[in-house]
Amino acid sequence: MAEGKFTQETVSMTDAQKKAQRSRNIIIALVLAAFVVLLYFGTQAKLGANILQRPL
Amino acid sequence: MSVEAIETKSDDVLISSAMPGDYYRLMKPRVMYLVIFTAFVGMLLAPANINPLLGFIAILCISIGAGASGSLNMWYDADIDAVMDRTAKRPVPTGAVTPDQALSFGIILSVFSVITLGLMVNWLSAFLLAFTIFFYAVIYTMWLKRSTPQNIVIGGAAGAFPPMIGWAAMTGSVTIESIVLFAIIFLWTPPHFWALALFRLKDYENASVPMLPNVAGERSTRNQILGYAVLLALSGILPAVLGFASIYYGVFSAALGARFLWLSFKVWKNGSENEHYGFEKKLFGFSIFYLFAIFAALGTEAVIMRVIG
Repeated sequence: MAEGKFTQETVSMTDAQKKAQRSRNIIIALVLAAFVVLLYFGTQAKLGANILQRPL
Repeated sequence: MSVEAIETKSDDVLISSAMPGDYYRLMKPRVMYLVIFTAFVGMLLAPANINPLLGFIAILCISIGAGASGSLNMWYDADIDAVMDRTAKRPVPTGAVTPDQALSFGIILSVFSVITLGLMVNWLSAFLLAFTIFFYAVIYTMWLKRSTPQNIVIGGAAGAFPPMIGWAAMTGSVTIESIVLFAIIFLWTPPHFWALALFRLKDYENASVPMLPNVAGERSTRNQILGYAVLLALSGILPAVLGFASIYYGVFSAALGARFLWLSFKVWKNGSENEHYGFEKKLFGFSIFYLFAIFAALGTEAVIMRVIG
């Protein structure tokens, strides 16, 4: 963990911090996308044909 | 917030340099692999079938739940982790991840893993997973670990739940078979950790963690290791006795149990004159192999039974 320095309104990050933030963002995006796919197909597997039963 | 206000607080602001790998290490990957393995064996043994994708989701949720409790443990234990050789390089003591980040990470993973398991598989397994996380993070980490030398006896229950959760994910129930799987890991934990505590005595002393050898002495620890080894060897053959494993497993587990008992006997007999703790190290190493071999044998048999029907 390194300390960030404020320059006026913004925070300036070191190259290492930028790289770490980018890596974290990529992983979060991938995990969220995988989670959505997993829920989509998981719901189909769980409900099967019942997925079409929608009482009106 | 005004610029002035930001400037006055600038010294307090930290920007994370944590890499994804640091967060992965927060989840105690080696513990996670063991959890995946034992939960998977619990699922294989269960007399039920599950859609493979839902089975995969169940395993994933159980392992993420285990990772979450690991992260919560590292958040709370950062102070003692920092002074123990074995744990000093963990992400929080090294400063790679802040305690707040570890706490948030643990809570988010806990919530997502429990709710996903409940929605996608069943709520009994989700409840057991939530209870396991609570048991490990609150009952063991926050309460027992620093207050009683019986910490790992009771805390060991948290590590024993995964095969029971796997079984519950498949059947929606808790039965005697899953309780036996629980018992094997529960009874295995004390001799495993006390063997480690005997040759890492100084480490735990430095961290003021009341492990049994530091509090009750080496003699009492060796007595208790032997006692638990007897119970473990007996519980190891229970799957064959109760009929959910074959006689071949029974013979195999009896042989492993006998070896465990023999090493525990050596640890009991050899006391503190053995300065290099050779038998304790041997017992610790063998205990890891024992648990792996027992569950591998149970899993292999379950696969064979499923294939040949």
